[in-house]
Amino acid sequence: MNDTIISANNIGKKYIIRHNQETYLTLRDQIAETGKSLANKIIKPKSSPKRMKEVFWALKDLSFEIKQGERVGIIGRNGAGKSTLLKILSRITEPTTGEIRMKGRVASLLEVGTGFHPELTGRENIYLNGAILGMSKKEIERKFEEIVNFAEVEKFLDTPVKRYSSGMYVRLAFAVAAHLEPEILIVDEVLAVGDAQFQKKCLGKMDEVARGGRTVIFVSHNMSAISSLCEECILLDGGKIVSQGETSAVIKKYLKTQQVSSDGEVDLRPQRMRKNSLKDSKFKFTDISIFNSKQKISSHVFMNEPFTLVIKGEVSEDIEESTIGYNINSSLGFPLFNSFSPEKGVKKGFVKYEIDFNPNILAPGIYTIGLGASGGGIVDWIPEAMNLTVDNVSSAGTSNHSQYDGVIIYPYKWRINHDKCI
Amino acid sequence: MSNTAPTTIIRPGKGAVHYWRELWRYRELFYFLAWRDILVRYKQTVIGIAWAVIRPVLTMVVFTIVFGKIANLPTTGSAPYAVMVFAALLPWQFFSSGLTEASNSLITNANMLTKIFFPRLIVPASTIVVCVVDFLVTLIILAILMIFYQFTPSWQILFLPMFFLLALLPTLGLGVWIAAVNVKYRDFRYIVPFIVQFGLYITPVGFSSSIIPEKWQLFYSLNPIVGVVDGFRWCLLRGEPALDPVSIGVSALISLIILLFGVSYFKKVERNFADVI
Repeated sequence: MNDTIISANNIGKKYIIRHNQETYLTLRDQIAETGKSLANKIIKPKSSPKRMKEVFWALKDLSFEIKQGERVGIIGRNGAGKSTLLKILSRITEPTTGEIRMKGRVASLLEVGTGFHPELTGRENIYLNGAILGMSKKEIERKFEEIVNFAEVEKFLDTPVKRYSSGMYVRLAFAVAAHLEPEILIVDEVLAVGDAQFQKKCLGKMDEVARGGRTVIFVSHNMSAISSLCEECILLDGGKIVSQGETSAVIKKYLKTQQVSSDGEVDLRPQRMRKNSLKDSKFKFTDISIFNSKQKISSHVFMNEPFTLVIKGEVSEDIEESTIGYNINSSLGFPLFNSFSPEKGVKKGFVKYEIDFNPNILAPGIYTIGLGASGGGIVDWIPEAMNLTVDNVSSAGTSNHSQYDGVIIYPYKWRINHDKCI
Repeated sequence: MSNTAPTTIIRPGKGAVHYWRELWRYRELFYFLAWRDILVRYKQTVIGIAWAVIRPVLTMVVFTIVFGKIANLPTTGSAPYAVMVFAALLPWQFFSSGLTEASNSLITNANMLTKIFFPRLIVPASTIVVCVVDFLVTLIILAILMIFYQFTPSWQILFLPMFFLLALLPTLGLGVWIAAVNVKYRDFRYIVPFIVQFGLYITPVGFSSSIIPEKWQLFYSLNPIVGVVDGFRWCLLRGEPALDPVSIGVSALISLIILLFGVSYFKKVERNFADVI
């Protein structure tokens, strides 16, 4: 027997997008529409009904093989099809074409804490979440202690998780997931949660899991996590495999493609931009743009010139308490800094935030800007809303010969003294 | 290791190869979800249990006054009107709450559907378990009521589980079907309160089915809950007329058809749930 554990052949996934669609399809509309098109057919029998549908291939002709014990990263921009691929591999949704053969049990971790119930205690949620992730009761009992220790929540085991701090909640959720022992583990961006220390712990655990001979498929925007964890990588773009092979080579390619495709203004309304969002979220980002020092829209700014980040959003209802902000990440996906709107209340309608950036803070390089909103009735998260390129040369044409390692420009002061050096 | 491990094949339009075997493999998840729902339901204990008690008791009081006292409808056996109403409320309450909960279950668990794979049938099925628990609670109230009226049930009570099963079939069948349709057409859920409201009047809950004219009896038993209600009364009350095997048979057959239809429709569309929900 060969040791291929997953083989995918010509995987494709088609979605049909309705343009005139409200959030949900209703039977009432469906009946009305059928009636209308029927009436149209009778009145004008030859005219074909106007199609408001658009076919969209989220994935097309994907073929790959993964061997046992391999750790494979999947990278690509938002909307490249990563999440769709994971959903197909974890059998949540079906491919439209193609076939996949997988050997062994598959566990997928597309989100931490799926099925957690706020009313239930930590102990109860461990059992519930374990069962949802595919563990048997015996298995959970055997690992219970280990899970509790890993999550560091011994004292709060019998407290309903709704009273947990968000950190505790995430720790517990990840701890359950980390103790899964399937032959194939599929992981999506779960590490984007929790504090830095816990993230490190999670990465360590993932590493341990992977080195135990298990096959791991890992999707992330965090290139440093990918490169430390995976030896192989698949780069997706527009639903196709663009590159496949050794991690560092694929990442390099990814960063290159990123450079080309960046507009100064990005329409954020399509759902595929989003990592996570409530369908009826009271707040949604609609648009992000960058104005350079000449008040022109551009994703390229000069290091020594100020620029302005403009974020627009749509508010469907007056909001009293919200947290709306952005973060700036390095091209490797490492978060550099973030900030939140000081005003918590937002009025119904449209809202525009303008954030002025001082010159000489970001070193030349490529950055990604992520947006997030949360609060009562609001969830909207776009981890890669747009790219920002900081160029080394000023618009005045004076070139700057300094080499910048790293991502920030520190306002250093050198004092040099030639006379009194002993 | 990998040689003995099961091979999963994912292919369009196929779903699971061993559907029922897979469902069986996930039975623990079914227990856990049912356990979660029960736990959550009865966690806010006062409200949880009170809800299961207040609803049937109030309905019984209203029905006894309206149908028994004002409309002066007859009872059939020797049971007091209140007991007769309550015996029918047991399966009716189970059916209506089971239907309501099951048909909304996929929407309330939408997050799970889009993040984890498991046989989707587990979700509506496990929510009905909560209603079984509520049913047991109302059974206790019936016992209390019988003690209050000093009324002893007949020996036929031994057949009660059979009629409970007969109530379970259409509840599950209809619940599963509406749950599946609900995923695609969100306004479909408005049909459930209608079924429940309307059904209460076309089902002999507040009155005895003996007041229906003879020639309509068979037609009447096309409503599968009619057979169940008659069966419950026959099991619990003394002096009820013997059951008509034909109408019970018709009810059972209709129930079975509903269940088969509901489940097969569910099986057909469940693969797309994650995409449309």
